[in-house]
Amino acid sequence: MADPMRIRAQVAGDKATVRVLMSHEMETGLRRDGAGALIPAWFIQEVSAAHNGKTVLNAQWGPSVAKNPFMQFSVRGAKAGDKITVMWKDNKGDSRTDEATVS
Amino acid sequence: MKTASLCAGLLALAGMALAGPLAAQTKSAADGIAEYRAMLADGNPAELFEARGQELWKTKRGPKNADMSQCDLGKGPGVVKGAFVELPRWFADTQKVQDLESRLLTCMTTLQGIEAKAVTEERFGRGEQRHMEGLVAWISAESRGMKMNLPQSHAQEKLSYEIGKRAFFYRGGTHDFSCASCHSAEGQRIRLQDLPNLTKNPGDGVGFAAWPAYRVSSGELWGMQRRLNDCFRQQRFPYPGYASDVTIALGTYMGVNAKGAASIAPSIKR
Repeated sequence: MADPMRIRAQVAGDKATVRVLMSHEMETGLRRDGAGALIPAWFIQEVSAAHNGKTVLNAQWGPSVAKNPFMQFSVRGAKAGDKITVMWKDNKGDSRTDEATVS
Repeated sequence: MKTASLCAGLLALAGMALAGPLAAQTKSAADGIAEYRAMLADGNPAELFEARGQELWKTKRGPKNADMSQCDLGKGPGVVKGAFVELPRWFADTQKVQDLESRLLTCMTTLQGIEAKAVTEERFGRGEQRHMEGLVAWISAESRGMKMNLPQSHAQEKLSYEIGKRAFFYRGGTHDFSCASCHSAEGQRIRLQDLPNLTKNPGDGVGFAAWPAYRVSSGELWGMQRRLNDCFRQQRFPYPGYASDVTIALGTYMGVNAKGAASIAPSIKR
């Protein structure tokens, strides 16, 4: 089970800025271990975000995204107290969903 | 690292276009690195380690199935806030000067019954060392913004400082190197990294007041023990034992010199 994400969502004017930190190895599949064997690729493939249950962001990621990725986006019309849900799914089928309240 | 929204990306581009010609003339390499760090600091993944450490502190583990809430980091059992900026210090129960990691090691062995070897002989970033990283990230974060204030009242604390000073200036190895070769003058750098002068207070959030830190290049969180381990490697010295006396003495030396510097740990490094 993956570690939880850290999600911060703050209102600024008519939109909210959402900052997400994800805990993930993000192996490219190109590196080799000490014995020379290829380390299998393991990375987040799908990311989505929802504002009060309505999807506002969909992304497809690849192996070039760094370890422990940071993602930032704005949601127009979000108000304090609204719920922001972020979901990721990796190429091994593992996934994680976390929720934050806009402040 | 950053996946900005399209909108933010365009804004950033526009900003660069405006600032471009002027910045190119005045910006030094060090400014560029400082800018890069500031960009990264907003989403410092050390936070992920902090969260894990906070959880670990109250998790029952080890043969004794105990949590760490009775661990005395120098300010009484269970007191975490402010403990980091006063370490290393002398502890009456172990009759030793201990830094954060050696003290946590004591708590893990005495309270939880975890074998010391499981920590000291583990590779950095794995097993019990991974747990250690989370704990040092969270404990140092609890003292963020506070000033380094190591005690020097006990004779052993003074002795530790003097040993640390000797070790700091000790030249040896194939390159006839000492810590002081790099860290005893102003304005030195190695490649593009500025080297703080650690023989005095190098300023807020610099040197001893910046570690533990998240290393972006390797995606790892380094405590002071690992930081020193790598300094020894760069000097072509034999690796020091984990939580060994010399590493604690070096910590005492740097920490006492940094008195008054505000801690920003866990910080973010290239």
